[in-house]
Amino acid sequence: MVYDVTIDGKDYRLELERADASWRCRLDGREVQLDAVLARRDVLSILIGGTAYEIKRECTPTDMHLWVGRVRYVAELRDPRSLGSRKRAAADDKGPKKLLAPMPGKVVRVLIGERHPVDAGESILVVEAMKMQNEIKSPKKGTVQKIVAAEGSNVNAGDVLAIVE
Amino acid sequence: MRDAGRNHESFSQLTVMFKKILIANRGEIAVRVIRACRELGITSIAVYSDVDRASLHVRKADEAYHIGPPAATESYLNMAKILDVAKRSGADAIHPGYGFLSENAKFAQACADAGVKFIGPSPASMEMMGSKTRARQEMEKAGVPFVPGTSRGLESAAQGLQVAAKIGYPVMLKAAAGGGGKGMRLVHTPEELKPALEAAQSEAERAFGDREVYVEKAIVDPRHIEMQVLADEHGNTVYLGERECSIQRRHQKVLEESPSPIVDAEMRQRMGEVAVRVAKTAGYTNAGTVEFLVDQDRNFYFLEMNTRLQVEHPVTELVVGLDLVHLQIRIAAGEKLPFAQDDIQIRGHAIECRIYAEDPDNNYFPSPGKITLLLSPSGPGIRRDSGMYEGWTVPIDYDPLLAKLIGYGTDRPQAISRLVRALHEYFVGGIKTNISLFRRILTDADFQAGRLDTGYLDRLLKSKPPEEKGEDATAAAIAAGIFAILDAASAIAGNGNSSPNPANEMNGRTTVSGWKRTARVEGLG
Repeated sequence: MVYDVTIDGKDYRLELERADASWRCRLDGREVQLDAVLARRDVLSILIGGTAYEIKRECTPTDMHLWVGRVRYVAELRDPRSLGSRKRAAADDKGPKKLLAPMPGKVVRVLIGERHPVDAGESILVVEAMKMQNEIKSPKKGTVQKIVAAEGSNVNAGDVLAIVE
Repeated sequence: MRDAGRNHESFSQLTVMFKKILIANRGEIAVRVIRACRELGITSIAVYSDVDRASLHVRKADEAYHIGPPAATESYLNMAKILDVAKRSGADAIHPGYGFLSENAKFAQACADAGVKFIGPSPASMEMMGSKTRARQEMEKAGVPFVPGTSRGLESAAQGLQVAAKIGYPVMLKAAAGGGGKGMRLVHTPEELKPALEAAQSEAERAFGDREVYVEKAIVDPRHIEMQVLADEHGNTVYLGERECSIQRRHQKVLEESPSPIVDAEMRQRMGEVAVRVAKTAGYTNAGTVEFLVDQDRNFYFLEMNTRLQVEHPVTELVVGLDLVHLQIRIAAGEKLPFAQDDIQIRGHAIECRIYAEDPDNNYFPSPGKITLLLSPSGPGIRRDSGMYEGWTVPIDYDPLLAKLIGYGTDRPQAISRLVRALHEYFVGGIKTNISLFRRILTDADFQAGRLDTGYLDRLLKSKPPEEKGEDATAAAIAAGIFAILDAASAIAGNGNSSPNPANEMNGRTTVSGWKRTARVEGLG
């Protein structure tokens, strides 16, 4: 298999073949001496030329994180033969932006109503979880197009709270 | 010197030990008390709200009873429901843990009226210490040193200005019923006093239903050091050494240790004797904690007394070699303390990290949710008091404390290095925790030198975090590919050995393979 892997924004070309318990691996064209064992679900023990790594995988609603020791990496994996992987990461700051709930909780206050102007970093809603009130801030300067989560409603992590245009 | 720990078994056997104890709490502290009950051969009774049915304390207890909806006021704070469970289950004592009803004198009284022993002090002692102004009045009479200021609520801003002029600025306004930093205001100039007083009063009114606010001199860059006391119901009171609790965020403790890096034997004895005097003045029984503010010249001032077991009690247990929950239960059963002050010896050093479900990269937002992966540390000098397990969903309704990780060593550097090692082994996936914060504190030069005060953590968090990105990104890149191949293989085998996307499971959708996910992402591309 050939993959395009992005780790914290840096791209790698990974070639990986498995034959029974052994692996053949090339990273950016260079041969890597590799051994790998899935210790348990989402925990991988790998040896790279004798150096041992324990790698933990964690998937959020939006990202895949790989932890190597104490360091967390955001990982993306694509098959380079497909079309879509060549046209990612376009125009980021333009267009409507969704505010997502960072954790489950309850919307206790809406601070800026629909169609009102908002500055980047200005708080739009307050979500309460675990007895703490947390202000959800606008990612950009613009207008509050829509408040999706009304005051008093319960939200899950990743739910859309509001849209800023 | 005799060893207090060794005399632990020599409690008088004349009293009748409880047969059943109800634990009116949840989370790690409920588990902690259940463990003590099991060790003492006592049946443990848990209570739980709707969202806690699957919580660890319910799984560990001998009996468990439902007490209502998630809101604490309708479950863990509902005295009638808890006393009803005590009656139905035949409990002869109630351990309140910390928080919830633990410092509620009315509850202690209601237990007494129902013929159930409250494991804690008498309602009268709790009432005296529950009001900060009343406690100050009593301590003033007993000659206990406290921060200069008023011992009664301020009647007007004019009175506040008069007192502030006498004791000198800056001054601190504090709610008499206060705690957790609510109803507190730091005032630097006379102009600030009136608005600050009004704000503190209305905040106190909202938080505690009591607008009484008093004024005291603000100690600049104080340390927060507390003394553990233990008193039986036969007039014996001892102190078990101090805990350094200066590392706080938003007035909440984050990391505690015993002994304090700045307290020597002579200062410990002076503080301990004052703490014992405080406890005796209050007619105190059972375990309690006397909190002190310590200024830069190591003068200490009485702050308040916490009439319960503290979250951070394990650090004291490790350095004095005693089990405080066992002792609480035995004292409540009427036994005499099995040791005297001279038997208490402090050995080694212990540090506790409070593991909270919160996101250090996002202003410490709470981070409830499902724990998808949990790898727990062990090994020399490590104690873990935890209320979580893999697969458990942390509810949004309560305090975010998940677990306490405590490191013990023969000295402070060893305790630190063991904790840093254990934190490296600790992994909680699916939710965010503050584990990375402790690595930062424990490796910080000021912390290691013991240069601490209550502003320490805010300063540390404002400074630039050390760069943690290593050379291991290539290992992550290779692992990403291996996971994808293993996911595909297990999807074909259908053995469910690997879970490609736990996030999807959480949302109640079916698990998808890495292949399908890639395809879907492409489709959206």
